[in-house]
Amino acid sequence: MNFNLTFIGQTIAMIVFVWFCMKYIWPFIMNAIETRQNEIAEGLAAAERGRSDLAKAKGESESLIDAAREQARQIVDQANARAGEIVEQARAEGEQEKARQLEGARAEIEVEINRARAELRGEVVAIAVAGAEKLLAREIDPAAHDELLDRLAAEL
Amino acid sequence: MEEEAHGAAAETASDYINHHLTNLQVCRIDGEWVWNHCEAGMLSLNTLNVDSMAIALLLGAGFLYLFRRVAKNATSGRPGKLQTAVELLVGFVDGSVKDAFQGQNKLIAPLSLTIFVWVFLMNLMDLIPVDWLPEAAAAAGVEYLKVVPTTDPNVTFAMSLSVFVLVIYYSIKIKGLGGFTRELTMHPFTPPTRSIGIISAPFVIAFNFILEGVSLLSKPLSLSLRLFGNMYAGELIFILIALLGLYQLPLHFGWAVFHILVITLQAFIFMVLTIVYLSQAHDTGH
Repeated sequence: MNFNLTFIGQTIAMIVFVWFCMKYIWPFIMNAIETRQNEIAEGLAAAERGRSDLAKAKGESESLIDAAREQARQIVDQANARAGEIVEQARAEGEQEKARQLEGARAEIEVEINRARAELRGEVVAIAVAGAEKLLAREIDPAAHDELLDRLAAEL
Repeated sequence: MEEEAHGAAAETASDYINHHLTNLQVCRIDGEWVWNHCEAGMLSLNTLNVDSMAIALLLGAGFLYLFRRVAKNATSGRPGKLQTAVELLVGFVDGSVKDAFQGQNKLIAPLSLTIFVWVFLMNLMDLIPVDWLPEAAAAAGVEYLKVVPTTDPNVTFAMSLSVFVLVIYYSIKIKGLGGFTRELTMHPFTPPTRSIGIISAPFVIAFNFILEGVSLLSKPLSLSLRLFGNMYAGELIFILIALLGLYQLPLHFGWAVFHILVITLQAFIFMVLTIVYLSQAHDTGH
């Protein structure tokens, strides 16, 4: 073995190389690696978060749809009930109207009948008077018998 | 291939091997630049292994350039293919550091990354067929070229001793000088503090210090020698296989495949042991 200047040269070279590596290489590469590791960890956490958010949203949307379906059913039921009510009411109103009109017509008819009866009565009286007049033209004084005839007419 | 490459009849197998295991050296002797004829003592501070140094610097700079380019354009969004590859590597090193070291230290992770990638790249030079680069260099007029920097003990020891200095530094910084000294002297045997036994306390402390000192010093030694030994042996086997003529092809392939494992493993072991040693330096509860 022959030790010489190479030993010193190699020592100096090693010091310089190690210093260079420590100063200009190691921190940069480690920084890149660690930054990426953090980014990957964050990405994975975000994906996990997204997955749970999605599951939660899915559950939420299902319950919302269920509620909407229930509400729609209620509305339809209400509408059906209301429609039945309206029909029922209309029928009742129609029934009332019918009864009312019937009543009106009946009253009118009654009035007509009474009027016709009164007219008929007057005419019968007139005819009876006229006939009696013709029969008894000579002996009967109409003025003397008017009172009697009116009483008769009122009795009729 | 090597038959025609070094076809000169005079060259023997041992010459060939020696040639491959010789560094390209330059030294300053008497005010002159001398190539390849420098004295080979245990320690010669006027000599430089040009090939180890140049290839190590080139690979280290290439690694830093590539990673810097990725770091500068790093996006935290969808990364490109290159950034993904770099991030895989950085994540792997970061995971290894976090497994073994719980404390706060901005240095250990980039240090580990640099060690792992740089050692791996230097080891990877071993997979280039042993003759290609030396022959190319020879064609360019360079006499010797030892391609794998980690087969040069200068390189491995420089790295492991740098780590060792950091271990000592953090030991003292975290535990204090007193704590560090206590760790070296009060374990594994607790010196007696009462009655007549107190006479033996200095001997116990000395014994502890020898044990802990050896264990401490063996850390950088084993760290660098393990890498150096593995790569040197692997390279030697590649060279031996290259001597076999036509038979080298299947053998070379097999050894290269096996060696892919070895070079990766050695780089990984160097990095992990660096982390472990530094983590021990931070460990206060002995």
